[in-house]
Amino acid sequence: MNLVILTLIIIFSFSCYLFGKSKILNTSRVSGKKFHSLPEYYGYYLAAWCGLPALIILFFWSFSELFLVKIFILADFKTDPLLDENKLNLIFSEIRAIAEKKFTGTIPESLIPYSEKFLSINRILELSKLVVILSVIIFSLTFAYSQILKNIRARESVEKVIRVVMFSCAAIAVFTTLGIVLSLLFESIKFFTSVSIFDFITGINWAPGRAFVRDASVQTADVENVFGAVPLFWGTFFIAMIAMSVAVPIGLFSGIYMAEYSSRKFRKIIKPLIEILAGIPTVVYGFFAALTVGPFFRIIGENLGLDVSSESALAAGVVMGIMIIPYVSSLTDDVINAVPKSLREGSLAIGATKSETIKKVVLPAALPGIVGSILLAISRAIGETMIVVMAAGLAANLTINPLEASTTITTQIVTILIGDQSFNNPKTQAAFALGITLFFFTLIINIIALNIVKKFREKYE
Amino acid sequence: MNNIKKEALLKKRYNAEKRFKLYGILSIFLAIAFLFILIFNIFSKGSGAFLKTEILLNINFDQKKLGLNNNSSEKEIREASFDEILKDALLALAPSAPELKQAELVDIVSIDAELEIKKFFLNNRDILNKSYEVSLTLSDDLDQVYKGNFPRDIPEDRRRFSDFQLKIYDELVSKNKIVSKLNWSFLTNADSREPELAGVASSLVGSFFTLFVCLLLSFPLGILAAIYLEEFAPKNKITEIIEVNVNNLAAVPSIVFGLLGLGVFLNYFYLPRSTPLVGGMVLALMTLPRIIIPCRAALKAVPPSIREGALALGASKVQTVMHNVVPLAMPGTLSGTIIGLSQALGETAPLLLIGMVAFINVVPSTPLDPSAVLPVQVYLWSESAERGFVEKTSATIIILIFFLIIMNSFAIYLRNKFEKKWS
Repeated sequence: MNLVILTLIIIFSFSCYLFGKSKILNTSRVSGKKFHSLPEYYGYYLAAWCGLPALIILFFWSFSELFLVKIFILADFKTDPLLDENKLNLIFSEIRAIAEKKFTGTIPESLIPYSEKFLSINRILELSKLVVILSVIIFSLTFAYSQILKNIRARESVEKVIRVVMFSCAAIAVFTTLGIVLSLLFESIKFFTSVSIFDFITGINWAPGRAFVRDASVQTADVENVFGAVPLFWGTFFIAMIAMSVAVPIGLFSGIYMAEYSSRKFRKIIKPLIEILAGIPTVVYGFFAALTVGPFFRIIGENLGLDVSSESALAAGVVMGIMIIPYVSSLTDDVINAVPKSLREGSLAIGATKSETIKKVVLPAALPGIVGSILLAISRAIGETMIVVMAAGLAANLTINPLEASTTITTQIVTILIGDQSFNNPKTQAAFALGITLFFFTLIINIIALNIVKKFREKYE
Repeated sequence: MNNIKKEALLKKRYNAEKRFKLYGILSIFLAIAFLFILIFNIFSKGSGAFLKTEILLNINFDQKKLGLNNNSSEKEIREASFDEILKDALLALAPSAPELKQAELVDIVSIDAELEIKKFFLNNRDILNKSYEVSLTLSDDLDQVYKGNFPRDIPEDRRRFSDFQLKIYDELVSKNKIVSKLNWSFLTNADSREPELAGVASSLVGSFFTLFVCLLLSFPLGILAAIYLEEFAPKNKITEIIEVNVNNLAAVPSIVFGLLGLGVFLNYFYLPRSTPLVGGMVLALMTLPRIIIPCRAALKAVPPSIREGALALGASKVQTVMHNVVPLAMPGTLSGTIIGLSQALGETAPLLLIGMVAFINVVPSTPLDPSAVLPVQVYLWSESAERGFVEKTSATIIILIFFLIIMNSFAIYLRNKFEKKWS
């Protein structure tokens, strides 16, 4: 239905454009009247009046439709004091599933009349949507048409509309952030009403599977000590550190070599080649880590007499490090290139070798930029999901042995939320609490890093 | 004496210089080596999946056993069971086999073998009551043996095929009855629990729909937002907030967008789970800042003289931007968009959270049907135990990388070919 209305609106708007343009052309040809703007602006003007109000109504109507239906349907259930909000939601989704013939299992007889009611309300709403939108189009078109004939300044109005539309597109970025923060916060607050925030941050026992008990009395007893997120924080930090100990030396030295030693031609080939590493999908690295690097480390470990588990923090960390190399190397290269030539020349002139110049002069000057790039790489490593999901394991170990399995914030979010889940238990909400922790961790690191890099650029540019 | 000391010091300094340079070369070498090991590893594992192994089996299309005659309609043939003649043909491979081993004989071919015979018969109706050699898909384990991925020397109880099956298989190989063919069904089949039948069609189509939705949403939104921020935005608090927001969103971990999709699109707006529609919407939000940033750079690169020229001729601000600046910035904008989309194509984590991990064995026909996408297919198959899925996973990765290479080279081509160099 929405698609039909949308197509209608688009066709109407387009024909309005053609009509408006030809109308003005004709009028000016027949009567010799001069119009303020070019003819196509009158076409745009008509099209905008035809399309925009209708689109806005369609958008908000479609989103609020379901809520209206819900209010109507659940009005009968509201009187029952035994039903809380969660149960009401469940009933509603059951009714909806029956109405849409997607219900699996035996259909409860008591809900069938409601599903019929659901369908009829839906039909009424759809029809009235069509009627309302059509009448809005007719109304705004007659208004716009009378405006056109009055020779209004169509170009100015159209340009105003264009600006407003562009501003709303830019504002979507803000709404996305708001959406992220609110949706995470909303579920996290629910989580922190059943689990204390202090237990979450300081607890060392993570076993959310055990909280998945329907019985309310058991849940409250159990819930308190299975949501200690410290092992996850540690695992995340630990794997990120392993990754950085691979990526920083390799990335830093490659960046220095590309910026200071290599010929322009060599650099032009090598830089994109290394950047391919960052373009390969992370799931590929995950597969590589789980099937090649993990077993490889285990074989080496066996030969050395070490006990390496097939899913180890080391394998995930090393592979993640390989993925991050270009983030360090390319930014280092850029940053070193931004250091003014005069600094180098001064150092070389007093007899320092090239490496001494780099170590004593260039690197200190470029340090803020390099630190910024490393911080950005760390935030990448913390937020990386697929590699750790596939190669680091699920056991929440609090260990400093890189050869054991380890788990991270992102791994746990995925394991909790994969497959079907209901929204009303602390286990699901825990994933959102982890999500908001991750979001703020990376946000803080990003803000610091972006600021450092920005300051550095301003210093030399 | 002093001189010697100086010389030694100089030598030390020069050695340090050489070492430093060596570290640089070494790390570049390491980075490139990692890249090649990764690619070689995937290709050597995955190339096998583009071939499939088939067995040439002599099948007697016995009229009585099929219950068909020369005038049977297509519907009757489709309903007829070809299991019996298949079983007869398989048992004929080792007529003296004891009853216990007979089940193992039947397992030599894939479970779809009956359908394959049926299809063959539908195309050659005149072979009723005749014997004919039909090529059938081999079971995945023997397929792996044929491709040399399965070491034969592991004990019988630790592998998925028996010594007896191996003996029959070897006899067949020596009679040239086992052949290798191009595996088109890998591209045309949907997912399956059986490795030899599983294909990427459903996830290929799913990826296409998801990317299409993503493009439809993120391209217009991104380009309009970039134009506003670069050309129209007044320098005030609101603009600053938007800019900081865009820059930070580009660095938010992708999984957080998955949580957003789950919490808002699925839980709040009740959009359908596991569908390319929701996947595309989530990826569009993720891609948006990644499109805005290169678009702004492209717009910024257009020199002010272009704008001033247009303004001097009496064009309005909007006309200047839309008629002069944006067309000149288009190549950069498009290549930025394509690179953003190629990142979206390889994204897995957010799609796992909105339920695109379900086992889908039909090819989706609209963006509202549940489906998987290529990277999720990689994840799903890599979790499977069967050995046959390892090469399927690698082959899916090869397909994924193939698309990424095409998209990225197109972006580079656009940039090099059409982008004007000012100055």
